[in-house]
Amino acid sequence: MSDESLLSRSVADVAADIASGRLSREAALDASMQAFAARNAGPAGLNAVLYTDADGARDALASMSFDASNAAGVHSASATGAMPLAGIPVAIKDNIATLSMPTSCGSKILHGYVSPFEATVIARLRAAGAVIPMKTNMDEFAMGSSTENSAYGVTKHPLDHTRVPGGSSGGSAAVVAAGVTRIALGSETGGSVRQPAAFCGIVGVKPTYGRVSRHGLVAFASSLDQVGVFGQTVDDAALGLQVIAGADALDSTSVDVPVSDYRAARNSEGAQPLAGVVIGRPVEYFPDSLDSRMRTLLDRSADHLRALGAEIRDVSLPHTSLAIPVYYIVAPAEASSNLARFDGVRYGLRVEGDGLRGMYEATRSQGFGPEVTRRILLGTYVLSAGYYDAYYKRAMAVRQLIAADFAKVFASGVHVLLTPTTPTTAFVAGSKKDPYEMYMSDIFTATANLAGVPAMSQPIGRIDGLPVGGQLLASHFDEAMMFRVAYSLERALGAEAHT
Amino acid sequence: MAVSEEDVRHVAALARLGLSQPQVTSLVGELNGILEHMEVLQQVDIAAASLHRDVTHGLRMREDVPNPIALHRAREDFAPSMRDGFFLVPRVSTHGAADSADDEGEG
Repeated sequence: MSDESLLSRSVADVAADIASGRLSREAALDASMQAFAARNAGPAGLNAVLYTDADGARDALASMSFDASNAAGVHSASATGAMPLAGIPVAIKDNIATLSMPTSCGSKILHGYVSPFEATVIARLRAAGAVIPMKTNMDEFAMGSSTENSAYGVTKHPLDHTRVPGGSSGGSAAVVAAGVTRIALGSETGGSVRQPAAFCGIVGVKPTYGRVSRHGLVAFASSLDQVGVFGQTVDDAALGLQVIAGADALDSTSVDVPVSDYRAARNSEGAQPLAGVVIGRPVEYFPDSLDSRMRTLLDRSADHLRALGAEIRDVSLPHTSLAIPVYYIVAPAEASSNLARFDGVRYGLRVEGDGLRGMYEATRSQGFGPEVTRRILLGTYVLSAGYYDAYYKRAMAVRQLIAADFAKVFASGVHVLLTPTTPTTAFVAGSKKDPYEMYMSDIFTATANLAGVPAMSQPIGRIDGLPVGGQLLASHFDEAMMFRVAYSLERALGAEAHT
Repeated sequence: MAVSEEDVRHVAALARLGLSQPQVTSLVGELNGILEHMEVLQQVDIAAASLHRDVTHGLRMREDVPNPIALHRAREDFAPSMRDGFFLVPRVSTHGAADSADDEGEG
């Protein structure tokens, strides 16, 4: 079997073959490293990967123990078998702590920093049989929507190198879209998994706040941050989330709610697999200004869902337009506090200055890029005396109204919401000069982070050859329902999802 | 609530960020441009919102025991500078004369 065909097979199938010995344990890793060599580096490369550790991944594979029960686990109902990701390479965003590669958050201030511990999500991936051969490029400290803010260069869109892959997890999205790995981890604060997934034509999932441990995820905005999963297909992403979901004693914001079987609906055939499911279409996500071609693709998806038995219902989330102003107060405020730790004392870059304070200021001003500097100042300003009530406190109140919108709609009997993931397809690199114009890229995604609800993007078609993402949102901890709809939509769209 | 150069310098000092004059000038325009879009929040009726409502499901209590995760590398490996098990920092010159007996630091 050629390596190329290996990368075209589902993660579950390849893991089953590796666990049972039908494929060599290095087969998937070898295929990924070959694809990486062909796609990442040089002038024609994507610059999606910052660090690699193929040797460490090979050593990990050599020491793994697979047996028949491992293989059975892959196809068990819950996919929580011993090694559901046996031999599967997973690319990791550069803000998730790993032992064998640096964790630099796309920033100069953490250049060369290697964490002395690893994130819980990494430990869970390893325990499931996965290997970690690469860390991916990102907007510095996850602040951006294009992966243009990395200290280590811009990541290119796999289908059009003049365009951005989205961000901030643009490197992870690009490697999955380019076929280097089938699964990657990213992080979400305002849409940093879903938006690049939409731009790159793959699946991206942001779980419920508290569903996945954040231990080892470098903090940006702690009330919003969540680890997310990219997959080439719904099943790849569901399997990835299945492995990393669940409470963790090392993260007190993780919630001890049982983890459902996200893959339960993967084989649900039949004429009406969505009978009884109510899908809401929030009118605020379909403004008059929305590209008519994008609206047409969303309509096509809704028609498919209706044909599968779902009821499509127009609903309203009236505070949607306030999400970006709220987000860009709350997130920078939390970031200004979280990023205070990068001061040249304990790790990373140190630039000498006049005394201790001079060292702090020299280190931080030379270590942080322009967008991070801007957000730290914005966050410090909205928290400062005289402005706290007018900005931060008010934004927190409006955040409650946004969350209440979702609660009301889900309480009315709606199971899942269908919206566009982004207002546009992937834009040209360098085309968004105004910071607020860039922030508006998150207009349809930041709401889920503010409300803490799960959401995902999946490909639903193309405009001028560029992928369009359809977003599904569900109520807290109801990822299983979200995946049920996503599996059905993916199957119904078939090749239409990528044409 | 327009942001002035003085405001930018003030918050930069709070945030321990050294800025050049061109950066200050540029940031005044950028921050005002961003905050202009936040003004819409002043018009929202927030009477129905409770700051005490739980968006994030609250925080769980955990056993009061030491972190069970041992560091895989010594602190010396990732600190910019250490001596005798302590992180080294420059002399604190802002608290008086540099040669004051009260000063801390590596001197």
